[in-house]
Amino acid sequence: MRPILLSGHERSLTQIRFNRDGDLIFSVSKDKIVCAWWSANGERLGTYNGHQGAVWTVDVSPNTVLLATGSADNTVRLWNIKTGDCVKVWDFPTAVKRVAFSPDGSQLLAVTEKRMGFLGTIAVLDINYGENLEDQAAEPSLKITCEDSKATVAGWSFLAKYIIAAHEDGSVSQYDPKTGDQLLNVQVHEFDHQINDIQFSPDRTSFITASKDKSAKLLSARDLNILKTYPADTPLNSASITPKKDYVILGGGQAAMDVTTTSARQGKFEARFYHKVFEDEIGRVRGHFGPLNTIDVHPSGTAYASGGEDGYVRVHHFDKSYFDFMYEVEREQMRK
Amino acid sequence: MAPSFEQLSEQDLHEEEEEEIDFSDLKAQFEVKADEGLDTFVVIDGLPVVPEDSKQKLIKFLLRKLNTVGNTSEDAVFMPVSDKGMSEGFAFVEYETPEQAVAAVKQLHGVPLDKKHTLAVNKLMDIERYGREGRVDEEYQAPPVEPFKEKEHLRSWMGDSSARDQFALYRNDKVGVFWNNKSNPPENVVDRAHWTQLFVQWSPKGTFLASVHPQGVQLWGGASFSKQKQFPHPFVQLIEFSPLEGYLTTWSARPIQVEEGQPILTNDEDGKNIIVWDIESGKPLRSFTSHDLAAPPTVDEDVAPKKKVQWPAFKWSADEKYVARMLQGQSLSIYEVPNMNLVGRTSVKIEGVSDFEWSPATVTREGVKQYEQLLCFWTPEIGSNPARVAMMSVPSKEIVRTRNLFNVSDVKLHWQSQGAYVCVKVDRHSKSKKSMATNLEIFRVKEKGVPVEVVDSLKDTVINFAWEPNGSRFVLITTGEAPAGAAVGPRTGVSFFATEKKGSTAGNFKLVRTVEKKTSNGIYWSPKGRFVIVATVHSQSSFDLDFYDMDFEGEKVEAEKDLAANLQLMKTVEHYGVTDVQWDSTGRYVVTSASVWTHSMENGWNLHTFSGQTLSENPTEKFKQFLWRPRPATFLSKEEQKQVRKNLREYSKEFDEEDKYAVDIANTAVVETRKRVLSEWVAWIRREKEIQAEEKDVFGLPEDADSPKHARDAPIGGSDEAEAVVEEIVEEIIEETEEVIG
Repeated sequence: MRPILLSGHERSLTQIRFNRDGDLIFSVSKDKIVCAWWSANGERLGTYNGHQGAVWTVDVSPNTVLLATGSADNTVRLWNIKTGDCVKVWDFPTAVKRVAFSPDGSQLLAVTEKRMGFLGTIAVLDINYGENLEDQAAEPSLKITCEDSKATVAGWSFLAKYIIAAHEDGSVSQYDPKTGDQLLNVQVHEFDHQINDIQFSPDRTSFITASKDKSAKLLSARDLNILKTYPADTPLNSASITPKKDYVILGGGQAAMDVTTTSARQGKFEARFYHKVFEDEIGRVRGHFGPLNTIDVHPSGTAYASGGEDGYVRVHHFDKSYFDFMYEVEREQMRK
Repeated sequence: MAPSFEQLSEQDLHEEEEEEIDFSDLKAQFEVKADEGLDTFVVIDGLPVVPEDSKQKLIKFLLRKLNTVGNTSEDAVFMPVSDKGMSEGFAFVEYETPEQAVAAVKQLHGVPLDKKHTLAVNKLMDIERYGREGRVDEEYQAPPVEPFKEKEHLRSWMGDSSARDQFALYRNDKVGVFWNNKSNPPENVVDRAHWTQLFVQWSPKGTFLASVHPQGVQLWGGASFSKQKQFPHPFVQLIEFSPLEGYLTTWSARPIQVEEGQPILTNDEDGKNIIVWDIESGKPLRSFTSHDLAAPPTVDEDVAPKKKVQWPAFKWSADEKYVARMLQGQSLSIYEVPNMNLVGRTSVKIEGVSDFEWSPATVTREGVKQYEQLLCFWTPEIGSNPARVAMMSVPSKEIVRTRNLFNVSDVKLHWQSQGAYVCVKVDRHSKSKKSMATNLEIFRVKEKGVPVEVVDSLKDTVINFAWEPNGSRFVLITTGEAPAGAAVGPRTGVSFFATEKKGSTAGNFKLVRTVEKKTSNGIYWSPKGRFVIVATVHSQSSFDLDFYDMDFEGEKVEAEKDLAANLQLMKTVEHYGVTDVQWDSTGRYVVTSASVWTHSMENGWNLHTFSGQTLSENPTEKFKQFLWRPRPATFLSKEEQKQVRKNLREYSKEFDEEDKYAVDIANTAVVETRKRVLSEWVAWIRREKEIQAEEKDVFGLPEDADSPKHARDAPIGGSDEAEAVVEEIVEEIIEETEEVIG
């Protein structure tokens, strides 16, 4: 499993996304640049320039037509993937920490930071894919304000039935995307331990959280029940569910400000693989020399990419042994 | 359940004492102060009944007695007279001060006045308090006898059917006691939050677990680790058990302030730092102020020497009958236990005494009829007198052996665990004081006249030394000069020594082998001997542990065939950031640990077998302490032990089977849970799918509602189905030739 090293960013990575076909990787970093790469060989396709601040988040529309990015310059930008043109800029009062397309691509949510007297919000924008991509709604169709604890990340459940948001205080809540009402709020992680990432399973019935409390949890999108818990020994920044095989990948590491020594060993800068169902740790992949900030898995489950504080993206295509590995009970299940 | 001292109220702390101890006297003292004035009065009972005429005579006679303890006068004595003109047989007396009144009660009560009459002296306040009507029952009522409560067996852990060992684990703010289950996760016995404030410590035979709190020391024991004893030494910082668990020494930097109403501590303890407690009764035997260790003499007089606490301040003899303390450079005070009187009523004056050690066992010496306790001490060079190492026998205080040494910078005394040898490690400097070397002078205590053997002087300084428990071999670590400013410490050499084979008695000590170019600094012998771990601890860069066997059962190196050892390195293990190495008391397992007290990197503990096979790794957040529970000495005689060793194979067969069975059970259990978990998961997925399909129906959404809206979009990207094959054409220039045509 020799990784492909994508070294095009000058500062730490903030998010990576594969497109739905898995042939492209989009990466954003604090260096204000959005990069697109071929996932197969790591060649850079191009960059999307225009942001004035660190880019915190990126998402690809399901049909790979539009790219949305959110940045510390208080904007969400929509890009034409093919041409590299910026087709729309939405201005917000504070930085945008997460953007996510709905499963059918017709809506985009944006999580804004709580700062300067503004409460954190989740804004929903309607996306139009007509002839003229620049023809987009000017105002969000919905705004959810987080009164208690600001949302850090958010995403869409199956059928865009719920918006799931994770909060700074370690809780997860479920909103109705039509009315903006909070349906549920569950304290799933230790209190006051921020949740840094949520990612959904391919069918979007479950999602995984990655928290500063050194654990990741698999939750049901319908009722926010905790299905599985994956304990780690380091604060987690990102977690992803692999299709094809029942694994989850967790990434994290001692935050740079908390590291007293620079030894990579101490930092635990490794991607950890856990079995999704049995909650056992299966293996680790080393390589980064800073904490892992983001992880994404190829939609067909044949590769994954991780982006680190060290400014590198590492793309790993899985070997045969990865696909062959199976617990005895799983094998039995297969035979049935 | 959480038994933290914080949550214990004052009442909790003293509940036992309150049941047992009568506070009335203390309370009385206290109350008296509120009622100023009356406390100078005493009531004297038991006087002869005399006619009024002879009253003055009686008073005068009485005053002679009364004035022996204080000052009073004729006017201050009031003797009431009845209607019949006779005295009543009692009198009221006023003293000048309350203290005198107290003294009168103490000293005159029960003193005979003449043949017929005995004085009964009580304080007026007490008569008021207790003597009033209704305060005392007219009829005697026997105090209720508490029903006998069975106490928990303090050694219950020894009855474990598979002879497992227990250990205490202190991490974060929780302390737990666990059974060691080899490679399986340990089985919890108790786990309590805030069980201790500073640290925990087992007593030397494992009976008690001590927790240390600002209010004092608490001992826990029995199967459920219930409260056993309390020693209310405020702000205690260090504790030390005597070897047979009879006594406990506690120390606090802050002198004790005895507060009013403290039932255990008396005024004797006020202003002291050290208390020697009797564990059985829970009462202090005697208290002391601590001597601070004098700092090494500095040339610069202006620099205030740094104070250092001398700990253990009190060192116990092996039989626990004596305890001794050294006054640096002046004397040794040897106390008899339990009365805590100085042996021979005086301290032993030893000019310059720098350190001393008791023999860890009562030594049977050749040519000596009565075996006494031995202790070893040394004094540095003073003026023209050489440095001296001497051995003293206690209680006779007779010096058994002394040896003079020259050019000494420092001396360390190492007793072998049976007291058979004392190794005196002498650090010597050359005349110019520029280079250092180490000498080992080994006293053979058991042999007649205590001969001293000098082991060849080692060129380098010895930084660590350890005897094999119950053996006659030792390991030492030498180091060269550290290059100035080097990041890594100097290289060290590990040397193994053994005796020559020579009939029944042990021959001379000879070097077996030296392993050079190590970084090791710690020596950890198995408590049963034979195996030893040489480790690098507290190091930033290296953390290796070498497991050695001193009696390897294989081929022996020719050059070493005369020595009673066959050294073999069994295994080398690494444990990042290791700070402590601890053998269990049976010598079967070793735990290496990295404590947050030293550094905060990868704290936790690893369990190994004696041969270095790692059984489990337990990274633990905020890990502080790992302590094996010590075991008391075995009850089996030498013969019985031999018998066990002989039939070991049969016994172990039994245990092997048990182990195998346990593994089988565990494996099946794991498989079963996995099966269950997997089927639950599959069921959950199926149910979700069903609900989702229903919802789609209800909303009238198409099957592929979640897929991207191709219809409305520009057609882009490949098909979703078949895996995309990316063809990549890579051109490589294999050869380039240039030809000039023409």
